Amino acid sequence: MSSREKILAAVARNQPEAVALPDLNALKDAAQLAEPADLLEKYITVLTGIGGTAYQVGSYEDITGILNVQFPEGRIVNTVTELHPHHQSHVFEDDIHSLENVELAIIKAHFAVAENGAVWVTEELMGKRVLPFICQHLVVIVPANQVVATMHKAYEQISNRSYGYGAFIAGPSKTADIEQSLVLGAHGPRSMNVFLLG
Amino acid sequence: MESKDHAALAEVFNKDEDRVSWHDETLWWIRQKRDKNVHQLPEWELLRETASQIKFNVLSNLSTYLEQFEKNATCNGIKIHWAADAKEHNDIVLGLLKEHQINRMVKSKSMLTEECGLNDYLASHGIDVIDSDLGERIVQLAGEHPSHIVLPCIHKKKGEIGDLFHKYLGTPSNVDDPQFLTETARQHLREIFLTRRAALTGVNFAIAETGEFVVCTNEGNADMGTNLAEVHIASMGIEKLIPKREHLGVFLRLLTRSATGQPITTYSSHYSKPRDGKQIHIVLVDNGRSVQLGREDFRNSLKCIRCGACMNTCPVYRRSGGHSYHTAVAGPIGSILAPNLDMRKYADLPFASTLCGSCSNVCPVKIDIHQQLYKWRQVLVKAGYAPTVKKIAMQLMAATLASPTLYHAAGKMGRATIKFAPFAVNNKLNPWYKQRDMPAPPKESFGEWYARNRAGSQEPGV
Ligand code: SF4
Repeated sequence: MSSREKILAAVARNQPEAVALPDLNALKDAAQLAEPADLLEKYITVLTGIGGTAYQVGSYEDITGILNVQFPEGRIVNTVTELHPHHQSHVFEDDIHSLENVELAIIKAHFAVAENGAVWVTEELMGKRVLPFICQHLVVIVPANQVVATMHKAYEQISNRSYGYGAFIAGPSKTADIEQSLVLGAHGPRSMNVFLLG
Repeated sequence: MESKDHAALAEVFNKDEDRVSWHDETLWWIRQKRDKNVHQLPEWELLRETASQIKFNVLSNLSTYLEQFEKNATCNGIKIHWAADAKEHNDIVLGLLKEHQINRMVKSKSMLTEECGLNDYLASHGIDVIDSDLGERIVQLAGEHPSHIVLPCIHKKKGEIGDLFHKYLGTPSNVDDPQFLTETARQHLREIFLTRRAALTGVNFAIAETGEFVVCTNEGNADMGTNLAEVHIASMGIEKLIPKREHLGVFLRLLTRSATGQPITTYSSHYSKPRDGKQIHIVLVDNGRSVQLGREDFRNSLKCIRCGACMNTCPVYRRSGGHSYHTAVAGPIGSILAPNLDMRKYADLPFASTLCGSCSNVCPVKIDIHQQLYKWRQVLVKAGYAPTVKKIAMQLMAATLASPTLYHAAGKMGRATIKFAPFAVNNKLNPWYKQRDMPAPPKESFGEWYARNRAGSQEPGV
């Protein structure tokens, strides 16, 4: 018998009698009752609390203006076509290691989550999977009306969509492994800048 | 075994009183951060209850979910491997590396590979493994193992870390600034990420319905490793499955709030398909889990999502340190998991507890941790494995608790129990309490514990 058969047989033999899955609706209703009135405000508060920076902007021009001041130097890789004149980039798979010197990566996110400051990004928005991690600083653009309250709402939004790779990203990379002192910029970006557009 | 049991190892840890106090306070501070965050969610208890029910469903349908997951992950282009035990897991990983002629690998946090002793095994076959989580890298440089499943080097002071970095990473001597040391590790590990063709990660959750799996980190080290490598190997215990994607909404809300008091980890990465031309392999590991599933009294321990909350809150863990548990997963939950693998070797662990119940009250998936510890004591004593000194305590304890008259008399008799339950007082019979400046033994709270326990209610204010 292969290990596969052995494991499956042992599990089938030892697992208890079937227990039904709980209905998530009661929980979702309770979570909804506790939702803050202003999701955008909540999102900004939470993001700031976890070390991120939020900008409320009205247009892509506004974003360009801020980026020109905040990130005047270094290599920029931008995957957002609306954002001229920032560099468009076509990085080939064989060349992903060259992203190592990227100062700033600019990507879009599908939506943001108020309760934890996260944004949801899938592969096609990242350009390359490693981009939002390898850059020194990360800019994420998300429509201001795409802020959901909780992770329950987030997964309702994601639903059964297919993706090769997706990530919730909540703030800059961080660690507190040395005596619980919080340090931003562990392996990934040192800053996360979320532009809430609209 | 006596030379290596929890009490003896705790005594070693307790020689440095300042460190013990600091360790204790730091973990308690994390527990308080957890409370603060948790209190912001009025639906917290319902969230825990829902998570608990989902996990019960998982355990009762595990064989079906495993097959479903295998099928869907395979459709997504992921290769599934099955490992009956630690040895087979290690062999599969080694085989994959050899197949690709890879002799250097970067790894992110995986307590399962600790359980399997993967690093040593690969090293003995000439494979260099570098742990990329900062805390794990630190203990690796020190030649140690993680002392906590979420905070691997919580037992180390920054001065010691500075010395390690000075010795191995070339920092100036006597520099212990966390910012500086972290930056040093960042530069050092960046070079590793950029040059390793294989990356191994753990798995926090795997979804039967979609065949995807989720890895959570704050540092971004898992993603840096996997998204640059050609081969991604994910090691996963078979109990990590959950039925549907929407259930992630429940578990991701619970995990980090319970672990560190953060609302979510910085990165919650969902791996569904490999990058074009690259590979993802998942090693599904049993290593005693199917046996534990068959132990009615202990199967609930397989609900664990490894948040570490039970350790942070445990008065024994906080004052004895993770290494005293001489097993990969320390603390209350580790003390339930370890005897399943080897009753003789880990017979001491279920006794390394005051049975105060704080662990059960913080556990996000509502595992009855302290009750299982108590049940293990009975099993171990019956099987003749209990440590001798503890055996006496155990018998008194058992006599008391086994009597319905005593058991039901919570108030006065509860206090009387204290007198006869040496594990809860400073008594020579209990090596645990040697040298410990514990809060007054819980005369009142033990009685309260009884009352609470009988009523099945929650820890106040949680
Ligand atoms: S037993 Fe519960 S509290 Fe302890 S690590 Fe597991 S999930 Fe967390």
